[in-house]
Amino acid sequence: MTHQNQKDTNWNILFLCWLLVSVSALGSLFFSYVMEFAPCVLCWYQRIFLFPLVLILAIGLFPFDKKVVKYALPLAIAGWLTAVYHNLLYAGFIPKSIQPCSQGVSCTEEYINLFGFLSIPMLSLLSFSTIVTLLITLYRRTSK
Amino acid sequence: MKTHIIFGVTAVVLIIAFVFGSSYYKGKQAEEIGFMARENAELFVRDHSQTLGSDDAKVYLVEFMDPACETCAAFSSFVKQMIVTNPGKIKLVLRYAPFHDGADYFVKILEAAKKQGKFWETLNIMYKSQPYWASHHNPQPQKIWQFLPKAGVNVDQIRRDMNDPAIVKLIDQDLADAKTLNVRKTPGFFVNGKPLQTFGSKQLLQLVQSELDANYPNPN
Repeated sequence: MTHQNQKDTNWNILFLCWLLVSVSALGSLFFSYVMEFAPCVLCWYQRIFLFPLVLILAIGLFPFDKKVVKYALPLAIAGWLTAVYHNLLYAGFIPKSIQPCSQGVSCTEEYINLFGFLSIPMLSLLSFSTIVTLLITLYRRTSK
Repeated sequence: MKTHIIFGVTAVVLIIAFVFGSSYYKGKQAEEIGFMARENAELFVRDHSQTLGSDDAKVYLVEFMDPACETCAAFSSFVKQMIVTNPGKIKLVLRYAPFHDGADYFVKILEAAKKQGKFWETLNIMYKSQPYWASHHNPQPQKIWQFLPKAGVNVDQIRRDMNDPAIVKLIDQDLADAKTLNVRKTPGFFVNGKPLQTFGSKQLLQLVQSELDANYPNPN
């Protein structure tokens, strides 16, 4: 593989990551503003970690800056951890009494269920997992 | 340069997909609710529902409201105005959606006032005095009582009547219907079973006008 090819692949990985982040951000907006699902507290925390990535990753694309991982990965991991916690709560592994959202919208209310396992928290977890994986892949490739 | 184009095109495609997806979803939802309106009119008007306007009216304006909701209060005179300017053509149906914490307290007072034939007077007083008792940081439901005599009701009778368990059942029924019809915010409007898709007084007026035009083709 030539040097230029490798650079292209790195750009593509970051672009793919940005695409996923953007689709996730728009998806969450679709859920709350079009389908009018009220977001629970945990959903807001995950959004706080997700939304800045749309801009940070886009900035890292032009011109390609491998340092973008340094700024994006902490956000992605924080979002991933929140998503893990949310899924444990949703699945009932963590008792509901210690959840931080006793008032307002319940974090365990089921809004959608695709194919029997895809809930909104699960979509978030899958998305954050892929984002973290892509960013780590990019880091490994660029730090060599 | 190539990368800029890829990025730009993708961003535009995403935004277009979002906008089209939204309008597609809203359209489908309206269709579904229209179907429910034909098959199950009870969802929109229950026997217990308070109505305003002529029974012969062909345009039914259903409003899911919450006495503690500021926007409902702000909309009430606008809604009444629409009914007054189209005499005999619009019937307003009020449904309860007490989403605010403790708002069912006020629905109970309203229902008790209804027994005295003072529903609209009481609702009017409630909306007007709302800033005094419905502050979001410090709701003080007890403060409503000092305003109620202005509605011309027997306040002691209201205190007795508002604890009727039938009222709780009626609220539960309205909340269940609100859920079925996907009402998550108040006020939630339906005009002849068609939901108000984007919220606003202008949009509501348009929706009502289109139903008036469809049902009263020859203005007299």
